[in-house]
Amino acid sequence: MFATFLKTSRFSNKFGTLARYESTLVIAEHNNASVSPVTCNALSAAKKIGGDITVLIAGTKCDPVAQAVSKANGVSRVLVADNDVFKGFLPEVLTPLIIATQNEHKFTHIMAGATAFGKALLPRVAAKLDVSPISDIIGIKAPDTFVRTIYAGNAIQTLKSKDNVKVLSVRGTSFEPAPLEGGNAKSDPAPAGDYKTNLIEFIKQELTKSDRPELTSAKAVISGGRGMKSGDNFKLLYALADKLNAAVGASRAAVDAGFVSNDLQVGQTGKIVAPDLYIAVGISGAIQHLAGMKDSKTIVAINKDPEAPIFQVADYGLVADLFKAVPELTEKL
Amino acid sequence: MARALVGVKRVIDYAVKIRVKSDKTGVVTDGVKHSMNPFDEIAIEEAVRMKEKKLVQEIIAVSCGPPQSQETIRTALAMGADKGIHVEVSGPEYETLQPIHVSKILAKLAQDEKVDFIIVGKQAIDDDCNQTAQMIGGILDWPTGTFCSKIENNNGELTVTREVDGGLEVIKMKTPAVLSADLRLNEPRYATLPNIMKAKKKPIKKMTPKDLGVDTAARIDVLSVEEPPVRQAGSVLPDVDSLITKLKEGGHV
Repeated sequence: MFATFLKTSRFSNKFGTLARYESTLVIAEHNNASVSPVTCNALSAAKKIGGDITVLIAGTKCDPVAQAVSKANGVSRVLVADNDVFKGFLPEVLTPLIIATQNEHKFTHIMAGATAFGKALLPRVAAKLDVSPISDIIGIKAPDTFVRTIYAGNAIQTLKSKDNVKVLSVRGTSFEPAPLEGGNAKSDPAPAGDYKTNLIEFIKQELTKSDRPELTSAKAVISGGRGMKSGDNFKLLYALADKLNAAVGASRAAVDAGFVSNDLQVGQTGKIVAPDLYIAVGISGAIQHLAGMKDSKTIVAINKDPEAPIFQVADYGLVADLFKAVPELTEKL
Repeated sequence: MARALVGVKRVIDYAVKIRVKSDKTGVVTDGVKHSMNPFDEIAIEEAVRMKEKKLVQEIIAVSCGPPQSQETIRTALAMGADKGIHVEVSGPEYETLQPIHVSKILAKLAQDEKVDFIIVGKQAIDDDCNQTAQMIGGILDWPTGTFCSKIENNNGELTVTREVDGGLEVIKMKTPAVLSADLRLNEPRYATLPNIMKAKKKPIKKMTPKDLGVDTAARIDVLSVEEPPVRQAGSVLPDVDSLITKLKEGGHV
């Protein structure tokens, strides 16, 4: 019977018996009220590594988040650090907490979503552990072997980490979100300590308010570029977006020209999206923009220049004046 | 007055369409146009503006890499940096040089040179890591303002506006500090010919990681570098109606 157990466990885990010794800490990203979707993508990446999964939730009055996460299938433990010092989720304050947690539990992997939060935090943690972090992974081949893109998505690198602890940020769009259901993890307090610092202080956040779906997790995205000519003309895209329940994005040219705010930028240095449908309007398709959207399932380009590079990646192209085509499309949908 | 250290990296020019080597060991770099990482130009520009506002007295530009990295340092000097440090790393050692190594080098130099700020770009456009500033902050235990779109310097206290996912965020920190430049921080100047000539006379100190006591042993093995999957060629549609038909077929509407 023991032999059968061994066999099934080997079959059920594609990384073999070794993986049973893996244990992963996922740093939850949240706003104290709800967990951000990218954390669910990170959880599914953690499952691919195999082994035990612990989620660390640090914040101020973050109990609702802890409750939601403890229901996630596959999570064995939730550690909660609820304290006013975590206001603003500053890496300077979170890092000592994570190091204390690591010292107590000796995880083999520490991960979070590759968002502004994860990108700012994880390398600081890695530096404290003297390990080389691995950014924005799109695949996991083995507990020490990861896939990521370099050169704005124009090359795919597979690398093997030699460090004893793997610190990873996860590209949300490359891993299916794990549902927050089917589990019942126990919730424990994270290691206590004095995490206060007087070196840095969170002042405020100014978030762009929108009723539309969030850019990185939307099923459809409509982006405008320099061809939109003005911020006012983005109304055309908002009208179309409302018909399609889509998020609105932009190219760097549109952001630099002041048409829309920075947080809408899609590309190598902005957000990476991979929706079912991506409609690029008045966007030429520079390398840096393609880096952020070329994994979309279906790409539609509307541009009056038939030579625009965007047509080389578009499934459907419409060579037309966007000021005629977009209103017509909105009208007819 | 304050001293600033700026990290600059020599990378394949942003406009080049890169090619993956047929043996899958990396991308072709020989004979390919290189220039300063665009985010590092923004970092240098910010340091120079601080100097112009008399908030900074001296700017040291550092680059880690092969001998050609000196050209990148010269560009920084032409933009207004005062002196350069070239930490020479080449050959196979450079192939596996990662942000962890560069961070240790910059952290050590920052201590040796007694600087008050370190400014680097938020990411290099070749490895796309986005780690160096954060790691330097971790090594030195300095506060770190990542993805800065605005930096205000008020007598050793910095007010930094950061680009975060949902919008902007403001934090306040004490110096010494590490900052990483985002695209919107400023518009870098062009180096003028007289300044390029002047830059030739500015000193560049040459060092090795060994001189700084930094071990550059590889932390990763690169197993392969491959082309991304190629998308199937699409079709150009005659009008909006046929686009709607296609969207319906695809179940998008």
